[in-house]
Amino acid sequence: MTRIDDTFARLRAEKRKAFVAYVMAGDPNYETSKQIVLGLPSAGVDVIELGLPFTDPMADGPTIQLAGARALAGGQTLEKTLDIARALRATGDQTPIVLMGYYNPIYSRGVDRFLSEAKEAGIDGLIVVDLPPEEDEELCLPAQEAGLNFIRLATPTTDDRRLPKVLTNTTGFVYYVSITGITGAAAAEASQVAPEVARIKKATDLPVIVGFGIRTPETAQAIAEVADGAVVGTAIVGKIAEGRPVNEVLDYVRTLADGAHRG
Amino acid sequence: MPDDRMNSYRTGPDGRGRFGDFGGRFVSETLMPLILDLEAEYERAKTDDSFWAEMDFLWKHYVGRPSPLYFAERLTERLGGAKVYMKRDELNHTGAHKINNVLGQIILARRMGKTRIIAETGAGQHGVATATVCAKFGLKCVVYMGAHDVERQAPNVFRMRLLGAEVIPVTSGRGTLKDAMNDALRDWVTNVRDTFYCIGTVAGPHPYPAMVRDFQSIIGTEAKAQMQEAEGRLPDTIIAAIGGGSNAMGLFYPFLDDPEVRIIGVEAGGKGVNEKMEHCASLTGGRPGVLHGNRTYLLQDDDGQILEGFSISAGLDYPGIGPEHAWLHDIGRAEYVAITDREALGAFTLCCETEGIIPALEPCHALAHVMKIAPELPADHIICMNMCGRGDKDIFTVAKHLGVEMSV
Ligand SMILES: Cc1ncc(COP(=O)(O)O)c(C=O)c1O
Repeated sequence: MTRIDDTFARLRAEKRKAFVAYVMAGDPNYETSKQIVLGLPSAGVDVIELGLPFTDPMADGPTIQLAGARALAGGQTLEKTLDIARALRATGDQTPIVLMGYYNPIYSRGVDRFLSEAKEAGIDGLIVVDLPPEEDEELCLPAQEAGLNFIRLATPTTDDRRLPKVLTNTTGFVYYVSITGITGAAAAEASQVAPEVARIKKATDLPVIVGFGIRTPETAQAIAEVADGAVVGTAIVGKIAEGRPVNEVLDYVRTLADGAHRG
Repeated sequence: MPDDRMNSYRTGPDGRGRFGDFGGRFVSETLMPLILDLEAEYERAKTDDSFWAEMDFLWKHYVGRPSPLYFAERLTERLGGAKVYMKRDELNHTGAHKINNVLGQIILARRMGKTRIIAETGAGQHGVATATVCAKFGLKCVVYMGAHDVERQAPNVFRMRLLGAEVIPVTSGRGTLKDAMNDALRDWVTNVRDTFYCIGTVAGPHPYPAMVRDFQSIIGTEAKAQMQEAEGRLPDTIIAAIGGGSNAMGLFYPFLDDPEVRIIGVEAGGKGVNEKMEHCASLTGGRPGVLHGNRTYLLQDDDGQILEGFSISAGLDYPGIGPEHAWLHDIGRAEYVAITDREALGAFTLCCETEGIIPALEPCHALAHVMKIAPELPADHIICMNMCGRGDKDIFTVAKHLGVEMSV
């Protein structure tokens, strides 16, 4: 059982939906980013998705691309990204942290070394966009072995024939990508998402969380009503990009969390 | 010549799209079903005579194949050593080897019922070839091109627009080929139903590296037969320039199982392959990593962040290299060297003066290496280099470097 499993078991018992917030580690700079992450749990965030910056984020739209570029320009590294997780754990907080990013920085570090460092830093799960089930031996299987969840994306192009392949070796939760496209592009429609979530839930007992295209408390609520939770990324990252102070960013996150929790 | 497949260098990739440890399918879940569909369609087409009949017809009547194998007599005399032949793929319709591959992919796209074609381009040659074939077949064409390349390859941008393509300047990153490829992938992930991604080199997720290689292999297959006709034997050395590596793979592949043929790939050394990393020599100056769907040698920093390449030649300005080259490098079947901007410019001038051929800057890198080794080799040593593109697109860049003012 990871902190992710514990969290979803608790939410299920309380009949509550999850609110998952994405922020880019090191954006706009290391210190501010750390303060934001430290504040997320009390802003109502159930699971933190911590973006690992990469020069070539092929699945991300301009907002998250620029966040990554800001972080890298400020000297953010894999090590400093793990430091942000360490900082949260140092406060005793047990909110699950999912590291989300692309494979190359992890591969460059060396998979075994990365896994032991991530575990030690208090990371609970991984979402690695460019590792489909066909490449499970790279990181997915070693990660499970190391006691980390490997959370897979299911998408509108994942048909029924392919779904079992995507669900095998997926742990923690399933992340349903509500649109075909990059982060921050189209807007999610609860009416279209509902049957897709139902389709996935028929095939797995894992919680199904929906992300991509959720920007308002209302959409977060609508999506949470038809799934086990909602992820907001681009909208929060956009607030950070505006240069808002930490407390304002966290107030904004709270409105989104409240939306999802009404769902 | 090894004829059992165990000893062949031509059996890759394996079922997972790997050449040794390189290659693979490192793409997001959204794209995975699309590349599986493409693989299935390509496997069907490969053994379908009607597919190859269409290719052969268009290669002959539209592209102008076979391209000549030309003995560069005055160049050979000037270098005073090995006999230098050029495979004249610069004479193809649209002026480079790129169209060999584009035809294959567009015919596949039509078989798959796709109506919208997207492509990335660096020098603009792949973009022009894609726009051309799309115009011929009445398909919608969108080309992603780094903003920096839009500027330095202006004639090709105009060509693409004349051909009816939409050219989208890419401003992310440093605005070169790598960034154009990112945006093309972002487009594909968004427009999954009607869009076919026509990749311009032997990179990307499986099946692209193998498929593009197969389409470009017409270069080596012809060269082999033509050399037999001209000299009654195989060349001793074959040389090609490498951006992603498609013209090189096309020349090399049919020769891989001929151990007497020495194979040399030439990377862009930019300002020199040193710690300043102002070059695009992924094999000479990079290390293995994962980008754009495959594992290969990449220019990257200690933290696995991708570095921007640097080259005078927009077509070579890519921080990676096709995975099959990475494998051939590691097992030692091919050698890889780097040539600087300055050396490439020297080859440009020499080629114009001695042969009356204005070459593209990309094959000038191959030619510059020929200039290095030919003088040391005996007169009966035969070199075949791939003259994979013509220089019309580059005259403004060259003029600038030669200190000549030209108004566009
Ligand atoms: C004439 C020419 N040669 C070579 C290249 C590099 O590509 P590749 O290494 O795939 O042949 C390009 C790319 O634009 C080109 O235009």
